[in-house]
Amino acid sequence: MNFTGYRRKNGRVGTRNHVLVFPTVICAASVAEMISRAVPGTVSVAHPHGCGHLGREKEHIIRAMAGFCAHPNVAGVLLVGLGCELITPELIAGEIAGTGQRFEVLSIQVEGGTTAAVERGKALAEGLLEEAASAKRESVDISELIIGTNCGGSDTLSGLTANPAVGNAADRLIAAGGTVILSETPELIGAEDALCGRAVDEGVAGRIREITAATEAIAQKAGVDIRTSEPSPGNKEGGLTTLEEKSLGAVLKGGTSTVRQVVDYAEKPIEKGLVIMDSPAHDAVCNTGMIAAGAQVIVFTTGRGTPLGSPIAPVLKISSNSGIYRRMTDNIDINAGDILDGKGSIKSIGERIFNEIIEVASGKLTKAETLGHYEFAIHTLGLNV
Amino acid sequence: MALNALVLHKNDNVATAVRPLENGEKVAVEIEDGMVDIELLQPVPFGHKFALRDIGPGERIIKYGETIGQATEVIKKGEHVHLHNVEGLRGRGDRS
Repeated sequence: MNFTGYRRKNGRVGTRNHVLVFPTVICAASVAEMISRAVPGTVSVAHPHGCGHLGREKEHIIRAMAGFCAHPNVAGVLLVGLGCELITPELIAGEIAGTGQRFEVLSIQVEGGTTAAVERGKALAEGLLEEAASAKRESVDISELIIGTNCGGSDTLSGLTANPAVGNAADRLIAAGGTVILSETPELIGAEDALCGRAVDEGVAGRIREITAATEAIAQKAGVDIRTSEPSPGNKEGGLTTLEEKSLGAVLKGGTSTVRQVVDYAEKPIEKGLVIMDSPAHDAVCNTGMIAAGAQVIVFTTGRGTPLGSPIAPVLKISSNSGIYRRMTDNIDINAGDILDGKGSIKSIGERIFNEIIEVASGKLTKAETLGHYEFAIHTLGLNV
Repeated sequence: MALNALVLHKNDNVATAVRPLENGEKVAVEIEDGMVDIELLQPVPFGHKFALRDIGPGERIIKYGETIGQATEVIKKGEHVHLHNVEGLRGRGDRS
């Protein structure tokens, strides 16, 4: 089974052909945005990182930034820095040079201020855009696809309709040779037995228990009931009572396949099939981590509704109930609430989601893309000074 | 056919309302192959849970056939099951 994507020089396949203007530090965020606005067709992000990170957090941030900038959905990247930061454009350029990614670097201090940096940045971005225009879609095997799954603004229906339907689509993709990432470690708490029973070996099962225990320990150390944050206030209003309940519904979106590997935040999977990524449940942080790990399409379920998107990857929204689909129809692509209305089954909606994934991977725009959503956030470890 | 409430596993002691349900309403729910009538003792909002049988304090709340928490007080068959009468067992830093 095939889709049409952009085959990059390094062999990886993109579902989009973006030129990204990326600030490696917050001090360059405005300049990056000004450049992107001045060069239509480019995308940009804003984030508060790039300075003060220590030890493991520094590695973590660099891995996420490098993975995002060298993503196959990005034809070329303009890295923008200030000049005195910890994570410079040159540092990220060094990380991604080996991937064959096309990049340019720009420093505000070197250029001599905002105006000069934006002027030079515009020229560099226009050059990258021109080069990107020569890329053409070609037919590629579906085994090149990595889908990230996420759920946000969940309600109790998420675990009954949208998540099992996405799980059905995930099983289809994996059967065809593709890869699916299940993440949001807090939402594995309480569902370990179900997941470990499907782990490929003892090592993977052990890692699943290790990452949930580490997340649970954060609440223990803080001396609080994890329920003060998870489930979120909106989740509770939607009928979710405990984190265990939320987790048992959340893991259904990964489907029923064997768990092949557990990767760290923003770490690229080596295995194909179902992979778990250790990440927070925060929607944008989780999305960014899966995209940095190589996901070319995100499938996102919601019961309460969310507009979330990404600057470089399509985010396909699946609603759990028809009420929210009608209220937020400009944000939601597929309504799994049809299952409750007797207009579809988990299997038939699963098939619809699977077919939509192929179409979106082949270029069909999601609603989040049409509206221009570009949320981006990186997981931090509290190691900054 | 439009549904009123769903039970996901034969061992579950709660059902999930898939439309707003009223106090005193009699709801037919399907458990495995049989139908069971439950008379609601409280209104149950869309997406919220109600008890399929009497549940004692400290007893596990079962959904998806798995433990999702425990009752903090007596919950009668037909009562709303949520934050006011259930607590989670995981991530309880307030107890360590």
